[in-house]
Amino acid sequence: MFNLKSITISAWIGLFFTALFLFCAIFAPWIAPYGKAQIVGGVWEPMSSQYWLGTDNLGRDLLSRMIYGARTTVFIAAMATALSFSLGSILGFAAAVLGGWFDTIMSRFVDLLMAIPTLIFGLVVLSVLPTTIVTLILVMGILDSTRVYRLSRAVAVDINVMDYVEAAKLRGEGMGWIIFREILPNALSPLVSELGLRFIYAVLFLSALSFLGLGVQPPEADWGGMVKENKEGIVFGIPAALIPAAAIAALAISVNLVADWVLNRTTSLKGGRG
Amino acid sequence: MGSPILRLIAQRIALGVLLLFAVSVLIFVGTQILPGDVAQSILGQSATPEALANLRAELGLNEPAIVRYFQWLGGVLTGDLGTALTSRQDIATAIGGRLWNTLFLAFWAAIVSVPLAILLGLLAVRYRNGVIDKSISGFALASTSLPEFFIGYLLVFFFAVKLQWFPGISTVYDGMPFIERMRAIALPATALTLVVLAHMMRMTRAAILNVMQSAYVETAELKGLSQFDIIRRHAFPNAIAPIVNVVMLNLAFLVVGVVVVEVIFVYPGMGQYLVDHVTKRDVPVVQAVGLIFAAVYITLNMIADIAAILANPRLRHPK
Repeated sequence: MFNLKSITISAWIGLFFTALFLFCAIFAPWIAPYGKAQIVGGVWEPMSSQYWLGTDNLGRDLLSRMIYGARTTVFIAAMATALSFSLGSILGFAAAVLGGWFDTIMSRFVDLLMAIPTLIFGLVVLSVLPTTIVTLILVMGILDSTRVYRLSRAVAVDINVMDYVEAAKLRGEGMGWIIFREILPNALSPLVSELGLRFIYAVLFLSALSFLGLGVQPPEADWGGMVKENKEGIVFGIPAALIPAAAIAALAISVNLVADWVLNRTTSLKGGRG
Repeated sequence: MGSPILRLIAQRIALGVLLLFAVSVLIFVGTQILPGDVAQSILGQSATPEALANLRAELGLNEPAIVRYFQWLGGVLTGDLGTALTSRQDIATAIGGRLWNTLFLAFWAAIVSVPLAILLGLLAVRYRNGVIDKSISGFALASTSLPEFFIGYLLVFFFAVKLQWFPGISTVYDGMPFIERMRAIALPATALTLVVLAHMMRMTRAAILNVMQSAYVETAELKGLSQFDIIRRHAFPNAIAPIVNVVMLNLAFLVVGVVVVEVIFVYPGMGQYLVDHVTKRDVPVVQAVGLIFAAVYITLNMIADIAAILANPRLRHPK
């Protein structure tokens, strides 16, 4: 299953950076040279041997904030992705298995939610909700689950008419068995490659919200929020805001490379067509 | 021949209108989902009961939600979007100029990005698997992962700060000369173009490739037409419907990208107005602007479907 030679160069690059970001996120307090909110120097000091990435708009070490920011960004995006996947796939499978009015109501409701751009509806909802991390995860997860719902329903509709599912139904298995033991294992490979894309989307969505000042609130910081904090410096030629922005891009690209490779691998297992 | 097409289009428009009503309900409900109420969340926990009661009366919160919804909808349909809570201004007047600014920006971004994307998509197919195709695909993959503000601030950093070609802050005002206005929107329009270009290009390429693998293109190849003639005479006409679809979807995308881009360049448009008032928790403004954005989005999607019906005769006979 894990043949090291089958991993392409681009996948290696992707895996390396994804692992690096994950490492930063998990071990943030141990590898960050300074504290998260500790003011260590002047405002917007340039890169130096003491402050590798310079300091930010309040004189905090940018590298340390980046490492802690990785934690917030990756954590919230991962939680939102987990929520959207469990919610979207279970409802999607259930709609495919049950059919009838449940399917119709769910599918029309998802159509309706997808008729509004996610960012716009997110903003509308966030205008009345308190901006806490839990709200963010819920809003992001629920809005994004519409896309997972569509995919998993489409996949499950195909699987639902297979002989082994028919057999399980005739055996008298319950809904839970059919969804988790018959459909889920067979729908896993298209869902796994979608997982990477949804995670990227969550990272970008969270960053956009934080950049607009509606995501993670100070003193907590994620990368999008750090762009917002340092954006005034750009006009004076201080590139501090570009560093977290570039980190978001690097994370998204490397996860994309890994997802691409997983997708190619699973389709080649099926004989090329997928 | 004419009437079934007209009927299909009429059906699609009716569906769009229905969807718009459903969306207006959703937006209205979306701002009512709090456990407390809007007045509480605007004023915060420390609000006095008198202030709360005043605001509730002003917002009409003492009436049932369904009555408020129909009052709001009636207002929207007659062009009355209500008054902003924070500035006490009439929302429709405040939006007027900003809507025009946003459309101006989106228009120029579209003028540049649509032909460019189609041209690059065609080039990628013409030189498939060559250097051009590979670099275009690589660029497309990279730029779908870039956040809008990364592109935006890179542009500001290099073209506004280092080279000082264009202003980094796009101030526009009434009666501004056209040339000045174009200079002001140069960077935001470029950022928007880059945001949608990759996606549009990739889908154009996929649409044409799909056509290129069909039997009639093989026939054209076998009878000795040149690659370019095949694309121009056989592949392109058949790919128009999917391409128009892609273009419309991306214009819809542009409408959303505008929100972040306007904030980056401090451009006085609808997106900035929306974000400002979400921060201030000014619910009437958020509802009105959200509804306008959704309406534009739904209309563009509807046009995409109608264009597809017109361009592809097969869609005129469903089932």
